[in-house]
Amino acid sequence: MYESVILRTVARVMMPLLLLLSVFMLLRGHNLPGGGFIGGLLASAAIIMQIIAFGPTFARKVIRVGYLNMAAFGVFFGALWGLPALFFNLPYMDAFWINDPIPGIGKIGTPVLFDVGVFLAVIGVTTRVALLLAEEPELFPMYVQAETEE
Amino acid sequence: MANHLFLPIVSLMIGAALAVLFGRQRWVARGIVVGSVLFHLVYSLRLLWVVAEHGRQVSQAGGWLAPFGITFVADGATAIMLAVASLLTLMTVLYSFASLDEGYERYFYYPLVLLLLLGVSGAFMTGDLFNLYVWFEVLLLASFGLITLGGTRAQLEGGLKYVVLNLMGSIAFLIGCGLVYGVVGTLNMAHIAERMQTIQQPGIMTAIACIFLFAFGSKAAILPLFFWLPTSYHTPPVAVTAIFSGLLTKVGAYSLYRVFGTVMQNELLHLAPWILTIAWLTMLVGVFGAMAQMNVRRILSFHIVSQIGYSVMGLGLASSLGLAAGLLFTAHVMIVKTSLFFIGGAAEQIYGTGDIKKMGGLARREPVLAIFWFLGIISLAGLPPMSGFFGKLALLQAGVTQGAWLVTGVATLTGILTLFSMLKIWNEVFWKKSYADISKLPRVSLGLLLPGALLVVISLALGLGASVLVDYTSLAGGQLFDQAGYIQSVCGLDGCEAVFQAAIR
Repeated sequence: MYESVILRTVARVMMPLLLLLSVFMLLRGHNLPGGGFIGGLLASAAIIMQIIAFGPTFARKVIRVGYLNMAAFGVFFGALWGLPALFFNLPYMDAFWINDPIPGIGKIGTPVLFDVGVFLAVIGVTTRVALLLAEEPELFPMYVQAETEE
Repeated sequence: MANHLFLPIVSLMIGAALAVLFGRQRWVARGIVVGSVLFHLVYSLRLLWVVAEHGRQVSQAGGWLAPFGITFVADGATAIMLAVASLLTLMTVLYSFASLDEGYERYFYYPLVLLLLLGVSGAFMTGDLFNLYVWFEVLLLASFGLITLGGTRAQLEGGLKYVVLNLMGSIAFLIGCGLVYGVVGTLNMAHIAERMQTIQQPGIMTAIACIFLFAFGSKAAILPLFFWLPTSYHTPPVAVTAIFSGLLTKVGAYSLYRVFGTVMQNELLHLAPWILTIAWLTMLVGVFGAMAQMNVRRILSFHIVSQIGYSVMGLGLASSLGLAAGLLFTAHVMIVKTSLFFIGGAAEQIYGTGDIKKMGGLARREPVLAIFWFLGIISLAGLPPMSGFFGKLALLQAGVTQGAWLVTGVATLTGILTLFSMLKIWNEVFWKKSYADISKLPRVSLGLLLPGALLVVISLALGLGASVLVDYTSLAGGQLFDQAGYIQSVCGLDGCEAVFQAAIR
């Protein structure tokens, strides 16, 4: 946790913006720079900013999800969307697209759904790692105590 | 096109993800884990049949043609390895149900086992050099988790050595990949094989081949690079040691077979005398190391090193005969080694220690365990009617046919020394009178006995029905050494260069 009025104000304003941007990046993906991985990193950056500004306990309260489950679900969901191709006797990961783009979202196909899986997995893993590192003093108080005594 | 080749990979990935999601509901998670390993086993048994019937199976991910996309190739060697790997994983999962406490389950032990099998299967099937590196990383990450799960002091110490030395091997592998890409401009194995035939500077390919020998050799634990293995393998729970001994070093050996046997055949012919020298040195040093040890799992760990020498001998003979014999031996040793770890681990669990001086009298107390142990050690040493006899016989025959007298002689000698060293465990743990009162010791549970016993029975069955296995491995060895056939199956009849030129035009 970092006690700074400037950082906290910016973090509060930036969180919704970054989350929106991450979704934009996710949908922009596939053929343009962006995609699930970049979007996921952006979203987790928004959450990690909360961890730095307000501490891990607050960050957990802002978005109440189990990040590990989120990552596992992302992997599951992503792996699933390569499978439909097998039913049509095409190689794994062959893409299917809808013909007309949906206004505001764009063309949707199995690669986009795969990207959603990647998006969730990346958010889950990076945020979980950041939270574990940030919560270390709370999880292992004995080590911190030993260090300060020295 | 065999698009089903991705199924075993995807099913394991989905299984691992679901097992994490349902981690709280213990029995649901266990069901998912057993289900996905069973699916993998059934699939790979079917693949054995499909490959024997229809030859090599190839699939291109996302429909991208061969030198550009990721190719999955399954030939006889792949199918054998996949089947044995999933069999061993299934047994390990069953053994873990009986031997591990709940804490492991809470920290995602079973998903890690699935990810280990995922990495191993990917490494067996991939037809792309860099993709092989990625699969190695997947299985290494899973194994890093498995070896340190539990977090005792000894485990962390062993885990650190394991991680650091394996990363050195990985870096060498990555450097090798970069150099190959720089020299021949492709990473698809079939395309590399094709372009290497017309390369202008053959010297640099020999250098690259030596880097790969170092990289895969350090994973497979060949002579100068094996030291990480005996210092780390006895620290995690028995189930983890067993699955590591069955899968990890063998992936290194398989990659040596694939990269040298199929892709870099010219380099294999250059390096063959050196590989044979490494092979017999590895056999001898491993077995001598085992003689000096006094701990069940440490003795078995040194034997892993010694047995890898035999697998490398099959490669060093540099012929389809040698590769077939090496495959037969490797498949046998994976099964037997894992079963010995299971049974030795059960004995260790009874006494609460792995120090053979403090054990004893188990033949009277647990006769069934003792019988299976005895059958296991004669299989490892290579006595009929167990599978080990035929594994060694095939290797010795190939060695004699090609006049490799030194390595053949040492292989025979190592067999005798192996028997001697295993009899030491037999005498100390099972035969001698125990100093302590053994009647108060806990009985071995069925869950601890069954997986090891089943594997020993399979080894016996493979020995009795050896002709089927020998036929299959000679088919697999022929496919492994058939470079032109490999290129044609992956890239079509005109080869990869034709596809490449057509695409860039």
